[in-house]
Amino acid sequence: MPSLRDIRRRIRTTKNMAQITKAKQMVASSKMRRAQERVQQARPFAEQIRDLVSRLADASLGEVSTGTELLAKRPIHNIGFIVITPDRGLCGALPSNINRKAMSSALDLQRQVAEQGERPNLAFIAVGRKGRDFIVRTQQSLIGEFINYGDKPSLADARAIARVAVDAFVKAEVDAVYLVYAKFINTVSQQPISVQLLPVEPPAQEKNEDRKKSVDYIYEPDPATIFTALLPRYVDILVYQAMLEAVASEQSASMVAMKNATDNANELIQDLTLTYNKARQQAITTQILEVVSGAGGGA
Amino acid sequence: MAVTRNNTLHVRVVTAERELYSGEANLVSAPGAEGRLGILPHHAALLALLGSGVLTIKLGEGEEPIFVSGGFLEVSENSVIVLADTAEHADEIDEARAEEARRRAQEALAQAASDEDRAEIEAALAREMSRLKVADIARRSGRRRISMPSSEQQ
Repeated sequence: MPSLRDIRRRIRTTKNMAQITKAKQMVASSKMRRAQERVQQARPFAEQIRDLVSRLADASLGEVSTGTELLAKRPIHNIGFIVITPDRGLCGALPSNINRKAMSSALDLQRQVAEQGERPNLAFIAVGRKGRDFIVRTQQSLIGEFINYGDKPSLADARAIARVAVDAFVKAEVDAVYLVYAKFINTVSQQPISVQLLPVEPPAQEKNEDRKKSVDYIYEPDPATIFTALLPRYVDILVYQAMLEAVASEQSASMVAMKNATDNANELIQDLTLTYNKARQQAITTQILEVVSGAGGGA
Repeated sequence: MAVTRNNTLHVRVVTAERELYSGEANLVSAPGAEGRLGILPHHAALLALLGSGVLTIKLGEGEEPIFVSGGFLEVSENSVIVLADTAEHADEIDEARAEEARRRAQEALAQAASDEDRAEIEAALAREMSRLKVADIARRSGRRRISMPSSEQQ
């Protein structure tokens, strides 16, 4: 049985911990809200760009496909992955879930390609410290790293990351690039997903879009030039959106982890208080017994 | 506001990070990659590349100057959508910073090693110069800004 003083000290430290985790939970929840807003704000632009890409791909694929290297489908010898993970911990199992997803989708793809011929090599671009550490630890080849991107990734950050992937793709160092990040589902759940970034697959045009198709556009300068200018921006936007979602996911995971920690601490405090009271009572009982038996002995 | 409502077109100016303007206009004047584009209501469908410079949206007596650089402009069914790489309201431009960037670009230009570098720096220089110009125009014109009900959320 620990002494009364020991129990009291443990209660005090646990209370301090609960206070800290509670504060971190609230910080994470407000950061998550802001991250969600940024996802919302980026949406109109992303939708317009996507719309343009699919429309232009449709309208002028014949003449355009040869001129744009980002669409080039080549036999796959090397696969690149951009893995977006949090920089910091204290967000539960999220980093390891993302890393596991990255590894499993990498191995899946490797097997798929290997069935048709030679086994492709893997290369990784790490965004966020957790992913970087994982890739280094598992001794995969790392062709780029971006850490400390903070809570407010800018389009310029995304552009820098996309540039590395696009350069590697254009130089044929990789023949396909996938983007692995945690998709924000809702406040309490995130799902790591892996999507193809390069070669660009123009999104399918929506069915109800026939009215726009019928419009004959004036292109300035011409569809091919516009399409060529559009594709890199489309890639940037995909990376940017993934980063924004990743930040929202990180904060939501962190919020949940901190809430669990606070709940656990409070439970522990209750248990300890109970133990403390029992011990205190026992001590008093013992003392009374001593006094009584002492008095009885004297009589 | 003395506006002829029946002769307007809808305008949206968005960047990846936010929406700068969404509302009606009588005239949009934009810096196309190959020359200025003036767009009046009921313009034919158009898809154009943007250069850098001032995008002016006119509505009645009001006028909204916005600095844009790079991106696309799409006109269809009496609505204009500007997808800009960067865009700032004229009064948001930090002139001191733009001036500093312009000066740095000029210095870098003198030391540019390859033609490729030079082209990139020249583009940056042109961008900063038109940014400064936009800020300057906005300050001097003193014309009334268009009051926007819902587009100022950051």
